[in-house]
Amino acid sequence: MIRARIIPFLLTSDSGLVKTIRFGKRRYLGDAINAVRIFNEKEVDELVLLDIDATTRGTGPRFDNVEEVLSEAFMPVGYGGGITSLAQVERLFRLGVEKVVLNSVLADRPELLSETSRVFGAQSIVASMDVKRDLLGRRRAWVRGGSRKLDGDPIELLRRWEQLGAGEVVVNSIDRDGTRQGLDLELTAQAAAAVEIPVVAVGGAGEAGHLVAALKAGASAVGAGSMFVFHGVHQAVLISYIDRGELAALTAAAFSSTTASTS
Amino acid sequence: MTAAATPVPPAGTAPTVAVIDYGMGNIGSICKMLRVVGATPVVTADPDAMSRADKVLLPGVGHFDRAMANLTELGLVEPIRRLALEEAKPILGICLGMQLLCRGSEEGTQPGLGLLDARVRRFEFSGPMRLKVPHMGWTELLLRKASPLMAGLDAASRFYFVHSFFVECADPSDVLAEATYGVPFVAAFELANVRGVQFHPEKSHRFGIQMFRNFVQSTQ
Repeated sequence: MIRARIIPFLLTSDSGLVKTIRFGKRRYLGDAINAVRIFNEKEVDELVLLDIDATTRGTGPRFDNVEEVLSEAFMPVGYGGGITSLAQVERLFRLGVEKVVLNSVLADRPELLSETSRVFGAQSIVASMDVKRDLLGRRRAWVRGGSRKLDGDPIELLRRWEQLGAGEVVVNSIDRDGTRQGLDLELTAQAAAAVEIPVVAVGGAGEAGHLVAALKAGASAVGAGSMFVFHGVHQAVLISYIDRGELAALTAAAFSSTTASTS
Repeated sequence: MTAAATPVPPAGTAPTVAVIDYGMGNIGSICKMLRVVGATPVVTADPDAMSRADKVLLPGVGHFDRAMANLTELGLVEPIRRLALEEAKPILGICLGMQLLCRGSEEGTQPGLGLLDARVRRFEFSGPMRLKVPHMGWTELLLRKASPLMAGLDAASRFYFVHSFFVECADPSDVLAEATYGVPFVAAFELANVRGVQFHPEKSHRFGIQMFRNFVQSTQ
């Protein structure tokens, strides 16, 4: 039985909970605590909280906000945003964060992966990559909220991060972010084939079928933002989660058809 | 969540749980869970405080050798052994904390606390369809014996796991519950007052709350 993790990704900003489209336009969603409370009641597999203003603000994580969120969370919580030091990581774990998500710091100081995973174990250190196609259609890795491009092949970079000590990677498609048109399955498959550690695919999920397609492409977990915060054609703000029964049925069907066609 | 709003009983009536503070772990979530089930957490590295507490909890996230080095540096190895083996204090190890109760681990070279005859091994998978390591996610338990720790939990109860290493008990009667990730492994063990769980009950919704309640109210 495939039991993949389906993870709501919540974006916090200096003005509360938001959802972006292709890392650009932001829509205000309300209070993060309220959303976490609802996700808690829905018994979600995990929750990832990303402070998308932390790096540009330059003041590091807002520990009081993280603590407030954790007081309402009875599931594993990953936190990312503005992390640049081992001391910050230690403080986050003491607050009860299960995983830390590193992104912008990896551009200049990827060694933080080794430093932190040596102390806290690789399983709690997540390397996050934002991926966007350039004008030539090549995928490239970006950091700082998609404002700074990294040189080289993103897949090679994932391998390097794994070697340095990441226990999990998040691969987020900027091109698909907020579109609800499905995940970048090619990217997901390449990432999953390249590393031994779990890959969390994010960006573009809009329905249960999208999640299953990403799992089939090799993702160990799938993250989604819009899918769990918007509802209906008018995209009203409504916090929701997958129906476990529906997901299990779709997953079983998708994976049994693979077996049938290859055996 | 209603459980979070459960009032904490006045001091003196609530059972106390010493949460061993040795710089390795998610103590915040564990303390929160203890409060939810009506216990008073005492975060401490003082053996006397542990001895005074009703129960002792050994959390842990990180590397086996570093954890043992920290415990050694704080002078806690012998006191923890004495608490468990001589005072028969109920002790619960969580995740790495469970592994530290064993004799040793493939993750390192240091001996563990050795409170029961068990070793820690690494998941090794090969082949094109190999499973990813660490095992990360929700898994049901296969209960192997009755225990107050597992009261009210059944085969449908799921728990959150994050680990690359797993416990193997030399004596099958120590196994409290198994789970499967490619291979069956020990998800929980129990030898008298010594218990360990590989999963994170403090991250496992109502199932974890139930287990914490059992630990605080019913274990001896």
